[in-house]
Amino acid sequence: MEKKHLIYNPEMECIDREKLKAIQGQRLRETVKLTYENVPLFRKRMDEKGVKPEDIKSVDDIVLLPFTEKTDLRDEFPFGLLAAPKSEIVRIQGSSGTTGKPIVSGYTENDVEVWTEMVARSLAGAGCGKDDIVQVCYGYGLFTGGLGAHQGATRLGAMVIPMSSGNTQRQIMMMKELGSTILCCTPSYATYLGETIRDMGLDPKKDLKLKAGVFGAEPWTEEMRKRIEELLDIDACDIYGLTEIAGPGVAFECLEKKGMHVNEDHVIPEIIDPVTEKQLPYETPGELVFTTITKTGMPMIRYRTHDICTLYVDKCECGRTLVRMGRITGRTDDMIVIRGVNVFPSQIESVLVKTNGVAPHYVLVVDRVNSTDTLEVKVELTEDMFSDTVAHIEEVKNYIAGEIKSVVGVQAKISLVPPKSLPRSEGKAKRVIDNRKL
Amino acid sequence: MFVKQISIYLENVKGSLREITQLLGDNNIDLKALSIADTMSFGIVRCIVAEEQIEKTMEILREHGNIAKVNNVICVCIPDKPSGLSKVLTLIEDAGISIEYTYSFYKNTGDNAVLIIRPSEKRRTVAVLSENGIQMLNQAEIDKI
Repeated sequence: MEKKHLIYNPEMECIDREKLKAIQGQRLRETVKLTYENVPLFRKRMDEKGVKPEDIKSVDDIVLLPFTEKTDLRDEFPFGLLAAPKSEIVRIQGSSGTTGKPIVSGYTENDVEVWTEMVARSLAGAGCGKDDIVQVCYGYGLFTGGLGAHQGATRLGAMVIPMSSGNTQRQIMMMKELGSTILCCTPSYATYLGETIRDMGLDPKKDLKLKAGVFGAEPWTEEMRKRIEELLDIDACDIYGLTEIAGPGVAFECLEKKGMHVNEDHVIPEIIDPVTEKQLPYETPGELVFTTITKTGMPMIRYRTHDICTLYVDKCECGRTLVRMGRITGRTDDMIVIRGVNVFPSQIESVLVKTNGVAPHYVLVVDRVNSTDTLEVKVELTEDMFSDTVAHIEEVKNYIAGEIKSVVGVQAKISLVPPKSLPRSEGKAKRVIDNRKL
Repeated sequence: MFVKQISIYLENVKGSLREITQLLGDNNIDLKALSIADTMSFGIVRCIVAEEQIEKTMEILREHGNIAKVNNVICVCIPDKPSGLSKVLTLIEDAGISIEYTYSFYKNTGDNAVLIIRPSEKRRTVAVLSENGIQMLNQAEIDKI
């Protein structure tokens, strides 16, 4: 079936890549100059490297620039990295709740505008337009999810229902009564909503009007997409972003669902080797690094996301020429090392969702017994997995353990726990409990 | 010639069997027979209730977050004397059928013990036992025990 693609800003989203490079070069030069002149930390790092703003002539010279780390935002908290006077800042947004000192970012009016445009493009990518009713169940507040989706949908002229997170029964009631067509939330909450809707005996085909969802703020898998699409009878599109760069909308999926288009006229994505810090070519997996080129409040130069993914530059069926980033397959920092093997929770998730009758809710418990790392995978038991014989249940457990062993390379103990006993997170799902005293 | 059995997943946690039996007791569910399979990490409670209570039992269990399933088993009358069981098992074994598990009712009927059998092949087991004149009980007869 031919898909109908909505493109919010075709001039930029479908731009000739040579033209794009010229625009990026120009904007990068301006950003570097602005940051060098106004942010002491950046100026110090440039000087240490012996790089002057004038050395940056084209976008290819980006590799000369120093990296920015999340710790820089903590150390310079709250206003140390601002490139604009405080009086020009019209908004503060912050990280979604990590421990310790928070991370905040300051937005000028221009930055809010840039971010809004990026989210508008993202929602349009999922088919959202003026006639749509957008239910936003991301939290509103410092977290960029709620306000970001809100602003983008408003820009498109859609009707916004600012539900914020939580209160699932009320979410479903409003969804049904108001006829929401677009859902914005985390993928784990979308799954939970779908399960609850089914448990209530509702049929999304008949009782709801949802057509698409824009899901982000945590990594998810292709299998999880299939499950959400079945549960809610919608197209499920991925959206990516981070407060440090702008918020959701840095990259987004169109209905082709073949990776997320990076809004390259506003941010330059790079993939680097996390160890050597060398830039890697397209189609090679590595750590994602972003440089903002239109932000004026708190520009970010070569910000290391620690997210692992791959960039693809071939043209998308939707007509956009913007580079696409593949799914985040892990994080360089929350990757767990078990018996010397790098394990990403997303790998285990992909095994679970492929197994018939297994719900995609899981918790990984890592421990160290007699100097050996152990991995326990807690999975919720479903009626499909259950039978009256012990042998059948043991078979299911052995099958899951075997699949994990072949995909991840680590022997895991599978524990079946009662349905709905694992925590459902309405923000980022906590999937790893590491009890090792490392 | 099958009777319905309810199987319930049991976590290997102190008090979990008491909780299930209490839940069923509070709802006036009468357990006619019960057995537990126990492993290192979990258990399965298998039980028989009157047919009219099966639906209600399943609803109560699910409402309280339990995983449960209904499946068919065979109910055999066995003379309540030495070798009564082994004769029946020999018939099944000779037919090349294996038994997953077996357990008995609390009450007897007349001179017979009443036994639940879960064989690997249910239909063929029924055929073998009827050919050899072994009495089996259907759901209606079970309900009267």
